[in-house]
Parts: sequence; C-alpha cells; structure tokens
Amino acid sequence: MNRALPLVILAMAILAFATMLLVVVPRAQIGSEPPAAGLRAYSPEELRGRAQYMSLGCVYCHSQQPRTPDQAPDGERGWGRPSVAADYAYDSPHLMGTMRTGPDLLNVGARLPSTAWHLTHLYRPRAIAPWSIMPSYPFLFEIKDHAAPGDTVVWLPREQRVAGKVVVARPEAMALVAYLLSLDRTYPAPASAIRDDGYSRVGGKP
Amino acid sequence: MLTIGLFLAISFLVSLAGLTALIWAVSTDQFSFGQKQARIIFIEGEEGHLDDPTAGSGSRDLERASIDRTTAWPVSLFLGAAVVWLVIGSFFGLIASLKLHLPDWLDENAVLTFGRMRTLHLTMVIYGWLSLGGIGTATWITPRIFHSPLRSPRFATWGAIIWNAGLIAGCVAIATGWTDGEEWLEIPWQIDGLLALGGGLAVVPVLRTAFGRSVDHIYVSGWYFLAALCWFPALFIIANIPGLFVGAEQATVNWWFAHNVLGLWLTPLGLGAAYYFIPKIIGKPVYSYSLSLIGFWALALFYSQVGIHHLIGGPVPTWVVTLSVVQSVMMVVPVLAVAINQHVVVASNLWAFRASLPLRFISLGAMMYTLASVEGSLEALRSINTVTHFTQFTIAHAHLGAYGFASFILFGSIYYMMPRITGRAWPWPGLITVHFWSVLAGFAVYFVALTIGGLLQGEAMLDAGRPFAQSVILLKPYLEARSIGGAVMTLGHILLAVNVAGILARSAADARKGETA
Repeated sequence: MNRALPLVILAMAILAFATMLLVVVPRAQIGSEPPAAGLRAYSPEELRGRAQYMSLGCVYCHSQQPRTPDQAPDGERGWGRPSVAADYAYDSPHLMGTMRTGPDLLNVGARLPSTAWHLTHLYRPRAIAPWSIMPSYPFLFEIKDHAAPGDTVVWLPREQRVAGKVVVARPEAMALVAYLLSLDRTYPAPASAIRDDGYSRVGGKP
Repeated sequence: MLTIGLFLAISFLVSLAGLTALIWAVSTDQFSFGQKQARIIFIEGEEGHLDDPTAGSGSRDLERASIDRTTAWPVSLFLGAAVVWLVIGSFFGLIASLKLHLPDWLDENAVLTFGRMRTLHLTMVIYGWLSLGGIGTATWITPRIFHSPLRSPRFATWGAIIWNAGLIAGCVAIATGWTDGEEWLEIPWQIDGLLALGGGLAVVPVLRTAFGRSVDHIYVSGWYFLAALCWFPALFIIANIPGLFVGAEQATVNWWFAHNVLGLWLTPLGLGAAYYFIPKIIGKPVYSYSLSLIGFWALALFYSQVGIHHLIGGPVPTWVVTLSVVQSVMMVVPVLAVAINQHVVVASNLWAFRASLPLRFISLGAMMYTLASVEGSLEALRSINTVTHFTQFTIAHAHLGAYGFASFILFGSIYYMMPRITGRAWPWPGLITVHFWSVLAGFAVYFVALTIGGLLQGEAMLDAGRPFAQSVILLKPYLEARSIGGAVMTLGHILLAVNVAGILARSAADARKGETA
C-alpha cells in the first residue's frame, strides 16, 4: 500500500457503503411508514416543554423505547407496549435515550397523568421517592409570599413547606409537565410495525 | 422479510469478499512489502536501542530534527489545548459523577444540573482532549514516517484555533441549554460549521505531506491517519445537517455517527500512534507487518457498520440491528491482527516495558483496546445486551475504550513527543510516575465498580418481581466508588498539565534567551 490516493478513495467508499446500509436504506424503509394512527403532533406548549426536556438533559437518564415482553418486563413495569418506528413520526430530534438511571418515559403521561404529581416531583423528587437520585429543579419554580391569580401552587409535604411562603411553577415547569403528560403511546401499534424483532419467539416455547 | 435477508446477505458477502481479497493479496505478496518496510520508522543505527526521551535516551538526527521543527508550533498548540480540555473536562465529569449520588448538591442553577455537566464532560473530552490530541499526534508522526517536512503548517495552526473557538462556543451553548439534543451531537449545528472548518483545515497539511513525501512506502500509521482524517469530516458533516431525518430514522443516524466517532476516528488515531511509538521506543519492528494490512482494512469494513447495536430491542428494522450485531462480532478479526502485532513485540521486550514510562502508557492502552473491543463484541450479542443495555455497564465499557485505550495512548504519546518538540527534558520526571500510577489505580476502581454495578442494575431491571427502585438503590455504592476513582484520575491529569505547562514555559524562556543573545 504505497499510494495515498487509492487508499483514501477506498476508505471513503467503505464509509459510503456503511452509510448506505445504516442510514440511507433504514431512512427509506422507516420514512415510507405513515405516522401511527392515534399519534398526534405536539402542541406548541408541549414543544416548549420538549425543548426544556432537551436542554436539561433528561434523555441522559430516561429512555423512551419500551422493549418487548419477550426480552424484558418493561410492559409489566407500566412503561407501555413495545414501541415501533411510527410512534416517533413527530419526534425531532429523537429522544430515545440509552440509559435507565430512571424509568422509561415513553408512556409516562398515561402512567402518571397528574400535573400536581409531576410538579412536586420536579421540585423535590425525594419528597415523593426518598430513594430517588433525580436532580431537583428549583429553578423551574418561584417562591412567593402569596400565589397570584393564575399561579399553579406546588403541593409539598407539611415538613418541607416554608412558613408563610408558597412554591409556584414557572411557565417552564408547566410546559415541561405538558410535554410529559403528552407522552402516551397506548393506542394499538400499527399492523405493519417496524421494530427490532430479534427477540420474538415465533411458535417456539418461551 | 426480503429486505432483512437481502441486506444482511449483501453486506456479509461484501465484507467476506473484501477480506478474502486481502488475504489473497497478502499471501501472494501483491503488496510486496514486509518487515523491510516496517523498519522505515528507524534511521541508520537506531534499531535495537531504546528510544525514550523521558529517560534521556534515543538518537538525535539532523534530518529528523529539521522535520520536527516544521511541526513543533502547530503540534504544541494542539497538544496544549488538548491537555487544557482534559483537565476542565475531568472536573465536569467528576461533578456529574458526584451529582448521581448527591442529587441535591449544586441544584440552584440550570447551568449546574446533571444533564448539562455530563454533556459538557463528554463534549470536552471527546472533541477537545481526544480529537485535538489525536490530530496533534497524527500531525507530528506523519512527516516523520514520510521523511519529509510538514507542508502548509499554517493550515494546522488555523485549524487548531478555529476548532477551539467552535468548541468553546459549543460548550457555552450547552451550558446555557442550547443543544441539538442528540447524544454526541449536542453542539448546535450553527456552531458545528466552525469545527468542520477547523477539522478540514487541519487535514490539509497531513494530506499534502502524504502526497509530497520523499519515501515510496506509506507506513501503517499513515494508513490509519489518512483514513481517519478523511472519515471524520464526512461523518461530522452528514450527521449534523439539520432537518434531514426525523424520529426513528434519526436514531440510526445518531448511532451510526456516535459509534463511528470511536471506530473511524478515535480508534485509528490511537492505533496509528501505537503502531508508530511501540516499535519506535523499543527499537524493534512490529511482529508481522503484513498482518497489519488485514487489521486496517477489516477495521474499516466492520467497524463502520456496528453503530446500530446501540438500538438493540428498539424501534428500528430488525435487519439493521442484526447487521450491526454481526459486524460487531466480526471486529474480532482486526482486533486480533492488531493485538498480535503490537503485544508480541512488547511481550518479547519486557525490559523496555519496565524501562520506559511512555511505552508503558501506550502498550497498556493497546492492551485495553484489545479488552474493550472483545468486551464490545460480546456486549453486542443480543443475550448479553439485554442485561447491559441502559445500565452503567455501558459507561464502564465506553471509558475502557475512550480512556483505557485512547487516553492512555495519548498520555504516552505526549510524554514522548513534548521533549522532542521543545528540545527540553520534562521538568518533573517524578510526576510522570505518579501520573501513571494514579490514573491506573483510579481507572481500575472506576471500571470495576461500574462494570459490577451495571450488571447488578441490569439484572434487577430484568426481574419483574423487583421494583424499579431496587435497581437505583443497589447502584449507589458503585456510583460512590466511581467518584473516588474519577477523582484519582483527575489528580493524574493535573500532574500531566503541570508538566506540560512547565516544559512549554521553559522552552519559551529558551526562545527568549536566544533572541536577546
């Protein structure tokens, strides 16, 4: 191998081949699927919340991709049915994640549908789950003497309240919760679903 | 179902055909090179002698000294910036690690939240420390193996400046919450142009030197460097074009890119450096030069297709996941080729391993490349991935590659290169030893803790009878151990920075004295 040009050309051709297989063909296959029936686009408020989710880096601890019962008990934990490509048609960027330091969130809106629960949990996760290692997000909230009309007051256990003060959700917190509540893919999966079926046990013993 | 079989078959056959062609080419001597070309890195009388600037040994040769002069300024810039990014990046990593077991610490401001600390750590160590250090090392070695001065060094200098400017802007963006939102691709695309431009400029001198070289043969390190420096700009630009992909498609692009940063960027930069420094320091050529050809092309073929193993069990087509699993296992081929070449020459010269600290860093790094790759091949198997996916095991594995392999090789390379660049000895050679033992011990704690913790975490999550909380609670002591390991590693990095600052300051003082004299 004594010539630089053929080396560079061949190296780039190999990369182009890999790109065709890993990027171009999957894009054609996934792109030909319509969005899942039952999936709706995010509202502007939910998109603002999604931007908060990205900017605070929630994706580094929470996945959004439940696995099949053949592989893992994600469904039994209440995380939802196995997700398919068409469930993400409105997700840009995708937020599938690669860590489960915390639970999967693709269906958290269906599993935990209470705004009040999420506000308390974001303000002080350990008020709800003492074992939790989730960061608290006090900067999404404001401590006031009195709630103004239209303010959403955050519920806290008695021993964690400050006398004469109330904790009020800022618009960022309300948007983030709106996004979390929108995470609901409990409608049935489309028949032509695309997902990794590498674990399915077709006709065999479990 | 047609697509699955078809694409798997096509890809597998092409890979196999390529490999067969290579074996044929090597066995029939098509490339007509062997151990003679492996000796191209030596000059007359050098072979058989230890070459270690930290121990004051090695010959100084006029031709090579004049080559080194052409690279001195840009390479100092690359390496100096890399070390600064390493130290800052380590602190962010340490803060992120502490936050996982002290979640109420530093929570008053969004800038300090875990999600941003962790991302700043990754961005700084990958695009600052390892990328700049790797480009610097490639820029320094390439003219040496081509026996030719570096062409257009100004391009490299400007490349380093623009890349650093882009990276600073990118880090400020991430800290303030402006992100593209995908792992490894967080720097906003509006800023990515600076990194692409800086990287593009930095490639020019290496390519021009390759095309204008004065020796016929391209030494193996040169293959890795040339390919990597062409691969990375292509990867980086394609992955960052906004609006091209949505949803599940984007996930495949994301992991095609992210794994190729390791496979087609950091790995060839690290292996290229190891292929130069290991035989150079020992004074003996690699074990089987022809074998290195298989190692290189098999790496290109297989490593470029492994990325989708990050989406095993996910919402992407089965065939593309299976393809990546298969190619991950095929990676055993290039890994063994490299292992035989590099480890055998060290194992048969253990005296050098004891005598030379740079060699110890680089050779241990090469061993951890073998370990990381074999672990990665196993981890890509569906049965094992079910346990390790989504857990801290993956973090341990990523650090075995990016730290144990790539960073260790870069440590050793810096200790070898800086005295040659500056013409001065290391001001505090004792600190090198302390650096070596602290990063080795710190990393051992780090790796073992997260590997065990990750396996237990994965096992707990797979057991429907145990609440999710258990997987969090059982992890805590392992996260604490990781913080301790990480703190000791950071200490080692500070010692490296002190020594680099010292040697640069002394050489700058020399230069001033030279001017006034």
